[in-house]
Amino acid sequence: MRTLELMGTSALALLMAIAPAAAQITAIGASEGQVNIVAWAGYIERGETDAAFDWVTGFEAASGCKVNVKTANTSDEMVALMNEGGFDLVTASGDASLRLIAGHRVQPINVDLIPSWSTVDERLKNAPWYVVDGVHYGVPYMWGPNVLMYNTEAFKGAPPTSWNVVFEEMTLPDGKSNKGRVQAYDGPIHIADAAQYLMAHSPELGITSPYELNEAQYAAALNLLRVQRTLVGRYWHDAFIQMDDFKNEGVVASGSWPFQVNLLQSEGVPVASVIPAEGATGWADTTMLHADAANPNCAYKWIEHSLASNLQSDLAVWFGANPSVPAACTDGRGMLDAAGCTANGMDDFDKIRFWTTPVSTCAQGECVPYYRWVSDYIGVIGGR
Amino acid sequence: MKSALLPERGPGDRLTAIFWRRPRVLLLLLITPPLLWLGVVYIGSLAALLLQSFYSIDEFSGLVVREFTLKTYVELFRPANFDIIRRTLVMSASVTLASAVLAFPIAYYAARYATGRWKAVFYLGIMLPLWSSYLVKVYAWKLILAKEGIVTWVADGLGLGFLLDAALALPGVGGNSLSTSFLGTFLVFVYVWLPYMILPMQAALERVPKSMLEASADLGASSAQTFRTVILPLAMPGVIAGSIFTFSLTMGDYIIPQIVGTSARFIGLAVYQLQGTAGNLPLAAAFAVVPIIIMLIYLSLAKRAGAFDAL
Repeated sequence: MRTLELMGTSALALLMAIAPAAAQITAIGASEGQVNIVAWAGYIERGETDAAFDWVTGFEAASGCKVNVKTANTSDEMVALMNEGGFDLVTASGDASLRLIAGHRVQPINVDLIPSWSTVDERLKNAPWYVVDGVHYGVPYMWGPNVLMYNTEAFKGAPPTSWNVVFEEMTLPDGKSNKGRVQAYDGPIHIADAAQYLMAHSPELGITSPYELNEAQYAAALNLLRVQRTLVGRYWHDAFIQMDDFKNEGVVASGSWPFQVNLLQSEGVPVASVIPAEGATGWADTTMLHADAANPNCAYKWIEHSLASNLQSDLAVWFGANPSVPAACTDGRGMLDAAGCTANGMDDFDKIRFWTTPVSTCAQGECVPYYRWVSDYIGVIGGR
Repeated sequence: MKSALLPERGPGDRLTAIFWRRPRVLLLLLITPPLLWLGVVYIGSLAALLLQSFYSIDEFSGLVVREFTLKTYVELFRPANFDIIRRTLVMSASVTLASAVLAFPIAYYAARYATGRWKAVFYLGIMLPLWSSYLVKVYAWKLILAKEGIVTWVADGLGLGFLLDAALALPGVGGNSLSTSFLGTFLVFVYVWLPYMILPMQAALERVPKSMLEASADLGASSAQTFRTVILPLAMPGVIAGSIFTFSLTMGDYIIPQIVGTSARFIGLAVYQLQGTAGNLPLAAAFAVVPIIIMLIYLSLAKRAGAFDAL
């Protein structure tokens, strides 16, 4: 019995020692014929929504891998789908990627197998939301800022330069109060926007990262959000509802994405966007490979395709986002040009603090974890 | 000599014979699949949910602790959470009351006066909104109620803008525009659930015997008296049945308050968010138990009032 136990444990120990080494593949073999991807809506287009936007059919013809897409609407859906299994790749945002790594749902990427890795934006190559202990658990896909969108008629001649227009009651350049005419994001991650505002305006709090808040800093951010509640008629969580509110609800300023700004401008609505003096929060998505991916060869081919093809360029135009390969802004591989990159915030990288999931252990010791952000933000919106 | 019994003709006959001799076997065979469905899929998932609500979340790591505790239920009574429960209850109750008041005359006319083609028109009119997508209706209402929408436009055109402004200035239920106030959420709820109130009411009113109304008139009752003492009590089970629909549907809905209203959470929304982004399954489960308990109380009261006598 004793020997059996010993044999069992040593076998287990051996397995555990081997497993991480086996997880990373060393060469790309023949195509498996398909690749299954979990992606945000609009992220993987094959020309069916709009014939001009297609970055799939070319890949399928060249690689022999059929692309199957499962769209997800929230980061949590993505995590849930990856936990379920049956997928090879996921385009995870910063508030999901670390959870996937911590849960051992994704495997390290061998960047030597990706020829275009060298073209990836230097600023993204070692980003903390997907690189843990020097190991790359994915490849950057797209990123974008959460800009301040405003109505150019309400702010005639004096565009906003600070987030204070959505945090504090004031009279706007058109002579009317901002009360009831501003919006805020209907997600707990918005607490980080308040914290970022406080970083600039209440330095005595000593906030160093809007995603790492101790109790005092967190309480100050919530107090600021309670003031905001008195100004906000409705919080936004759906891009199209927000666009509708700018058109029909008299909303003149709100945190937003370049996606809405571009679409509203194309419809002739008088809006513009700015990254205010305090900086902005942003999102950065990463293509990650499932720990038990059934089609690793096709997956690696897709990752290379995601960096090398028209995808980076055309998707940036389609989504109002920024490519992870800077060359895509200028080399004419797709519809994107330098002006488009500037409009989407390509030059503002340093002003952006990217979404990460707040956890209890942080640089300053103990921070307020994400689940409390959720319940407290519910309270703030409910008027508490 | 021939046997009185016919010889068996095969396995089919033998099977029939078993069923005939032991009727319980057949019953068991027929009832097992639905029972399994009800037991495993329905009750089973509910039980799993209930179990979750007795777990708690670890304050520091945010991980679920699988130990029996009532801590999560205590959390429900924290002011922010209790607000959600109270808000949902008040909304469900007012939607139910308003639906009852609105539905009664419609159901009454459809049941007692409308005949032939008109009856069909009434049925269609009530059912028609149910055939279009729920989401389409809600988004349409968002536009109707918007600040620059048709309601404001008509009110301004008729010089009644001050009435709308007065309604929106009401503390608690008002807001910036109808579509960003509780008033707006309430209107959309009433619109969406009204048919579920009208139909059972109409069924109940149709069952009130005409002879009783004639007897009431013969005994000298005024029409108001007849209504109060004969029609209303007899139609009450229908009203209660309808109220079960409107009350429970409002309590469970999480789409309407997302699109129309102030963004303040209702129970359904809170559950959706807590189990999703927060990973706080215990609190989500505890929230989900609240409507179950409220509905159990409501149903037992309804049973006492005789709402199920006609079943």
